[in-house]
Amino acid sequence: MMRRSALLEAALTAVACLAVTTLCLALGSKPLMDIVLRLAIFGLFALSLNILIGYTGLISFGHAMFFGFGAYAFGLLMQARGVSIPVAFAIAVLATAALAVVVGALCVRLTAIYFAFLTLAFQMLVHAIILSWVSLTGGDQGLRGGIPRPVFLGVNLADPRHFFVFACVVAFASIFLIRQILEAPFGYTLRVIRDNADRARALGVPVQRYKLAAFVFAGVFAAVAGILMSLYVSGAYPNFAFWTQSGDAIFMIMLGGISVFLGPIVGAAVFLLLNDTITRFTEYNGLVLGIVLLCVVLGLRAGLLDVVIRLMAGAPVRPASVTTETPV
Amino acid sequence: MNLDALLDCVAASSCLVTQISAGLIIGMLLFLVACGLTLIFGVLGVINFTHGSFYMMGAYIALTTFQTTGSYALAVLASTLGVALFGVIFERFFMARVYGADVLMQLLVCYAFILILDDVAKIVWGADFRAMGMPEAFVLPPLRVAGGFLPPFYLFLAAVTVAIAITLGVVIAKTRFGKIVRAAAANRQMVGVLGINTALLYAAVFALGSALAGIAGALAAPVRSVVPGMGFSILIESFIVTVIGGMGSIAGAFVAAILVGITRSFGSIGFPLFTDGTMFVFMVLVLLIKPTGLFGRRPG
Repeated sequence: MMRRSALLEAALTAVACLAVTTLCLALGSKPLMDIVLRLAIFGLFALSLNILIGYTGLISFGHAMFFGFGAYAFGLLMQARGVSIPVAFAIAVLATAALAVVVGALCVRLTAIYFAFLTLAFQMLVHAIILSWVSLTGGDQGLRGGIPRPVFLGVNLADPRHFFVFACVVAFASIFLIRQILEAPFGYTLRVIRDNADRARALGVPVQRYKLAAFVFAGVFAAVAGILMSLYVSGAYPNFAFWTQSGDAIFMIMLGGISVFLGPIVGAAVFLLLNDTITRFTEYNGLVLGIVLLCVVLGLRAGLLDVVIRLMAGAPVRPASVTTETPV
Repeated sequence: MNLDALLDCVAASSCLVTQISAGLIIGMLLFLVACGLTLIFGVLGVINFTHGSFYMMGAYIALTTFQTTGSYALAVLASTLGVALFGVIFERFFMARVYGADVLMQLLVCYAFILILDDVAKIVWGADFRAMGMPEAFVLPPLRVAGGFLPPFYLFLAAVTVAIAITLGVVIAKTRFGKIVRAAAANRQMVGVLGINTALLYAAVFALGSALAGIAGALAAPVRSVVPGMGFSILIESFIVTVIGGMGSIAGAFVAAILVGITRSFGSIGFPLFTDGTMFVFMVLVLLIKPTGLFGRRPG
């Protein structure tokens, strides 16, 4: 049973999403649609990572492996003849879930810093396989030749407007599902594990199984984002699974704030805006982004929405202690 | 997969010599980087994700010093001191601020520095591959061992690394500094309570670890191409080395680095598509069978 406020929130978000989608379609402006599409894809990706970082306390530095794997699995299935888009979508998601089960089973048993590094290492393995298995993936050229888009249920993804609506609906449905998962007893169990794993264990929670489940959920939604990305750029590229992709997602979460559900999406918006602006002035965007990141981490010690919420609550901008705020 | 090629190579002594020496060189460089990583983790309890970038800095400093002065000895010295100095600045002014915070903050500070240092390298030295060239002292005909060729620089690199490994082992086992390092690895708070200046200790250990990365960079510069981003792949590999050898163990890092180096060099013949994969399989096996690593103690 959903709480009333949660229901209201969900309805409001739905209306907002619907309004944005219709507005974009009505204006028919290509640049605006591009911005919304990228925000939907990267926002969903960052949000899926926050299931782990913000809610479970698992710092994964390898989340892009699922983004990339989903994109490649989907692209390869579509290029092999005779598969419809929903079927390829489902198989790609299931395959990513299977990958997440294997990687997760190895990683969730480890302490925080090992977990971060091991997920990073597995991501580099996926990246290395994509680069070296040229006959399947096209190596560093990426998956080329375009992704065929047969019409299904009257939806023609070759039409940019159809694709725009499709991507918005999929992204919104995923965000809604993540919200439901995190507000369910399962989500609250994850918070308990994050705050005190020993206590959770004492209460009879199978901690590692819950962590693994969270890892798989996060991987699945990252794959959905990856599939949308592969449709958006009509291909898949090795940098989808490169570690900077994961780093960017953590950056987005940090920018937006991890104590608010929609923080990562706000962070994604700020990040994309920042990145586009910097790229216009200099090719050295890593330098500028790095300095911005240092200022946020060492200066605010929290994301933008965290600060807004603190200010609204009348608390000082910087917390007295250095521990990170966590979602409640 | 190409098992025939692998079997042919194992059967031919010339190929065996070439592959083993290539593997040992990879292993030596990995050891130097992994050793700094494991020392810093042992004493400070943080993993320095920027360590690969320190290695890259070492290589670039060596390249510039060598090309301006022509002296390789000076280049190694400049890399060692330069990177050590940078390590101390990085530790005192940035990492020290997030010791109490959770792992996410430490990761992000390191991530920011990886981005910054890679771009600084691009601005100063350009984005293309650079080659330093072999120092004159080592421009000698390769030695022939059992039909295989052995470049003289390989011997120098191996000798320097083994000397460093032995010195480090003795320092950790016999000196007062070594005792403090071991005590801090066991219990950081207690070392502070006993009146040892931990801020100084942390800076010293960071300087030592960074210096090792700097030396590794300087030793790698003549035999590997120097390029922005070169630090990241060695970071992953040296992490794998520390996992296999056991976090915090220098002897473990040495053995594991050589094992990984040999695995890589033979893997590139036997499983060209899966060279990186062989290392991972190795690491996963160790994690499953002995999670603390071959030489590891229980994590604190």
